Amino acid sequence: MVRTASIQLGDAARGNGQSVVAQRWGALIGGSAVVLYGLTRRSTLGVVLAAAGGTIAYLGATQKSRHSQSSTRTSLLINCTPEQAYRFWRDFENLPRFMNRLESVTVLDDRRSRWVALGPLNRRIKWDTEITGERENEYISWRSLPGSDIQVDGSVEFREAPANRGTLISAYLEFRPSQDTASTLAKFLSKGANFAIRQDLRRLEALLETGEIPTTEGQTHGRRDFVTGVMRVVDPTRPIRPESNLSEVFQARKEIA
Amino acid sequence: MKAVCYMGVEKMSVENVPDPKILNPRDAIVRITSTCICGSDLHLYNGFIPTMEQGDIMGHEFMGEVVEVGAGINRDKLKVGDRVVVPFTIACGNCFFCKRQLWSCCNNSNPNYWIAEEMMGYSPSGLFGYTHMLGGYAGGQAQYARVPYADVGPLKLPEGIPDEKLVFLSDIYPTGYFGAVNADIEEGDTVAVWGCGPVAQFAIRSAFMLGAERVIAIDRFEYRLQMARDGGAETINYEEVDDVVQTLKDMTGNIGPDRCIDAVGMEAHDHGLMYMVDRAKQMARIETDRPIALRQAIQACRKGGTVSVPGVYAGFDDKIPLGSFMNKALAMKTGQTHMMRFMKPLLDKVESGEFDPSFVMSHRVPIDEAPQMYKTFRDKKDNCTKVVLDPWADGARAA
Repeated sequence: MVRTASIQLGDAARGNGQSVVAQRWGALIGGSAVVLYGLTRRSTLGVVLAAAGGTIAYLGATQKSRHSQSSTRTSLLINCTPEQAYRFWRDFENLPRFMNRLESVTVLDDRRSRWVALGPLNRRIKWDTEITGERENEYISWRSLPGSDIQVDGSVEFREAPANRGTLISAYLEFRPSQDTASTLAKFLSKGANFAIRQDLRRLEALLETGEIPTTEGQTHGRRDFVTGVMRVVDPTRPIRPESNLSEVFQARKEIA
Repeated sequence: MKAVCYMGVEKMSVENVPDPKILNPRDAIVRITSTCICGSDLHLYNGFIPTMEQGDIMGHEFMGEVVEVGAGINRDKLKVGDRVVVPFTIACGNCFFCKRQLWSCCNNSNPNYWIAEEMMGYSPSGLFGYTHMLGGYAGGQAQYARVPYADVGPLKLPEGIPDEKLVFLSDIYPTGYFGAVNADIEEGDTVAVWGCGPVAQFAIRSAFMLGAERVIAIDRFEYRLQMARDGGAETINYEEVDDVVQTLKDMTGNIGPDRCIDAVGMEAHDHGLMYMVDRAKQMARIETDRPIALRQAIQACRKGGTVSVPGVYAGFDDKIPLGSFMNKALAMKTGQTHMMRFMKPLLDKVESGEFDPSFVMSHRVPIDEAPQMYKTFRDKKDNCTKVVLDPWADGARAA
């Protein structure tokens, strides 16, 4: 039983989509069964079995599926009214002000707009979107149209938070892999999507609450050493980009570990 | 302009750097007339807080004159020519936390919040000159500084009062006061204060202001203990007693101090095996802090009492006596100081002559001497308690 469950777990780590969900449940249920069996044995072996089963169930429950990397769901409390947040977002041309990778959004008509993002080496990634549903001051959803470089759907919901706490914004973004030549670019975009969308929303919060986005880019400083200097040249907007996030965090981890 | 730059562990250097610029509409530029070295800067000097980079400008305690304001600042709130003291915490004034007066928890002011989130779950506000994890803002040990959200933080000052009575409003005076406020002091309480550095000195005096009957201060340097006694405290030199906790019991009728304030933080000293173990672990980076004062404060506090922690801790600490904390029904309060709650009322005490914070200042030197002063302050040489730097003193003019 232990063996079966661990194989399932191994598969789960490599698998994707629907099967991952099934395999996670497999590990969870299988692992839990081993725990129960182990606990009933009242022996050293029983304890070992229970511990092993517990580990498998835990890993099963916490294993991240590949699927989650191409879609992001997050929420943020912002100190403004739903109306303010909705109006700001509904004018899609505002989005590049806080969505870091967007270069521009051009509104084509009441429902359609053209989005341009910057990929690696400043290569432009373009897609057209169409609003698929909206209710004033409540929600907006959109999808990308055929012929786009990437397939990305999104929705955002604005709800008044209790006790004058402002507005709870819930955002959902899904990248669908495409087969054409731009797929590597799409991968680049979707790779850090979780982190990027959260950062984008934090910038939205700052913008709506304070009228500006906090920054230290361009501030004065003394001589940087070689490594710091190179990092700043390679990655001038360092605190914002997910790649640099990893290096900073790695640095921080190394120091405290 | 001249600025004190971090060039590596135990390496500070006064460099000529470009003048600061306005980067955001609500920024202001301040020409600094006085700036200090803080005890918490020594944690950076000693290399115990991660995410410093070579070339970072140090300093978070400064005051001066506004020389430029951004387009987004209402001139009724701040204008060129205003004399201001700048709080070390940067707060936007508009977020969930600022609206609740939790200024040091501002949600917007730290552009690198995600680094802090990795370590702390959520990020506190940005700080001046205090690691990239806490914003990476250029600090105030310089001739000029850029102040973000300048319509929120800087407190306008009257003319006619000298800098040394006002500059400590930027951090240590409100921080010591906040440490005493957090202790929830009641009439007749005995308050024990770990450390006799500048924050502790203000905590001692604030404890009396808030109704404490007795204050017992703990340190190892005679000149600092003397300063505590000058403020009305009884003192314990921990190098002269076997056991601080037992000594406090003996002094308080076996009840223990009602309120304990840890104004030491992450680089505490002690004697004995436990201290050596902490020291080794901190050197080896398997523990970020040496929480000796905090352990003692928890152990010593009377049942149902309060532990207040204005001392700075950075990360993950070992052997905190949570059993004592839980079973004795203690409360703990802490945090970077919510500066804007306290600056104005504490300025009023200075203006009225009720309180003069300048007593902590032991050195006032040109900014060029900052690198040696870090060492003097760290090693507690020359009876050093507080160093104030003059960015414009003769010999300190920018080339």
